[in-house]
Amino acid sequence: MAETYPEDLKYHPEHDWARIEGDVATFGVTWYAQDALGEVVFYDPPAVGSTVAKDAAYAEVESVKAVSDVFAPLSGEIVEVNEALADAPERINDDPYGDGWLVKVRLSDPAELDALLDVAAYRDLLT
Amino acid sequence: MSVTAETLRRTPLHDRHVAAGARLVPFAGWEMPVQYEGVRQEHLAVREGAGMFDVSHMGEVETRGPGAEAFLQRLLSNDVSKLADGGAQYSLLCREDGGVLDDLFTYRLGDDRYLTVTNAANHDRDHAWLAEHAAGVDGVVVEDAADRFAMLAVQGPAARAAVERVAGAELPARMRTATVAFDGFDALVCGTGYTGEDGVEILVAPGHAGALWDSLLAAGVAPAGLGARDTLRLEACFHLYGNDLSLERNPIEAGLGWACKLDTGFVGADALRGLEPAQTLVPFAFTGPGIPRQGNPVATAHGPGEVTSGSMSPCLAVGIGMAYVPVAAASPGTPIEVDVRGKVRAAEVRSKPLYES
Repeated sequence: MAETYPEDLKYHPEHDWARIEGDVATFGVTWYAQDALGEVVFYDPPAVGSTVAKDAAYAEVESVKAVSDVFAPLSGEIVEVNEALADAPERINDDPYGDGWLVKVRLSDPAELDALLDVAAYRDLLT
Repeated sequence: MSVTAETLRRTPLHDRHVAAGARLVPFAGWEMPVQYEGVRQEHLAVREGAGMFDVSHMGEVETRGPGAEAFLQRLLSNDVSKLADGGAQYSLLCREDGGVLDDLFTYRLGDDRYLTVTNAANHDRDHAWLAEHAAGVDGVVVEDAADRFAMLAVQGPAARAAVERVAGAELPARMRTATVAFDGFDALVCGTGYTGEDGVEILVAPGHAGALWDSLLAAGVAPAGLGARDTLRLEACFHLYGNDLSLERNPIEAGLGWACKLDTGFVGADALRGLEPAQTLVPFAFTGPGIPRQGNPVATAHGPGEVTSGSMSPCLAVGIGMAYVPVAAASPGTPIEVDVRGKVRAAEVRSKPLYES
């Protein structure tokens, strides 16, 4: 897919995105992150029920040659993981904002949202 | 510290790589294509059709003169006297203590003329080692020939046919080499490779590399990068210097005793004689999720080991690798565990090659 950064997402400087729906957020990696990584061949999801902390690594994605940490844009408890990626990790490349989502998290501190970037600020970071 | 682009060397095919959309990375002091369309796609192109790799970063050393055969017999681990005119031979370059300086292919170009292909990262050291041992020896000239050649590896079940179409000539058989006339230039074609597939490696003057690349591309050969080169060689269980071979490992524990003819008295042979290493290099595959990586610790029922190469196998779709393990744990089918950044992954020792051909 072509390079895109949806307007409705919040961004973390480590190239992660969050889609906020009430007190639950979906996390994933940005187009830039998946492009830099190359074809993703393995994603090891965290356990449902475990907690993630803003700015801390919570999972790994691997391409043929490299391992990359995925950082949590916000803190909370994991309520769902994208099980489909076990058999089809390439969805992270094909559709990073849709089928390639990584986890859903019940947010513990919605105030953290203020620290995330909007699409314009994230794009500035990439240039 | 990162190496700046200005200090990296470029092969004569650099512009073609850029035009083909390559992702270029620093490798052994060179700016090399790691992938074009994608590692998996390029890997499968070589397994199923034909792919070409720019391996011009690899070095060459020419050894010639009436004393060349005796000289190489003393420096290379294999029996150079068995290398016929137009033949190819794999060997190790060892230090006196048996540590491996490099692994090499040597081609016999004539009665008193040999060309040895070196790994890019080791080329200067190899050349210095050979030149130093040739100093004062009558009848031997050792010459750095790296600037005389670009090198293309054309590999896969359809590779020979594609190169034959381009050359309009028959190619040398496997493990043979010959000068082949292409349209407007000659090239040294060698029936060797690093993928487990049939194919050839072509040594050509740098000025003609672009024309050769263009004609192979037109013949339907897919560009393939160093990423696919690594997954292909790993599925085939070929050693990579710096991963599976090093100064700290000897050829016997690396499973390369077949390329060490101790009776020839090569440098390092005395250290290897009678050696019974505690560990040996084995291929393995994961039986569950995960990808092994170089340096991962290995646990076996007979003691620890270490992964020296690891990746995801595009053909098997599981993690595969090679590891040094205790000899008692080296039989195919032996269960082992690999610690991948704190997660214990189940694996088993396999036989070579790792993929089903």
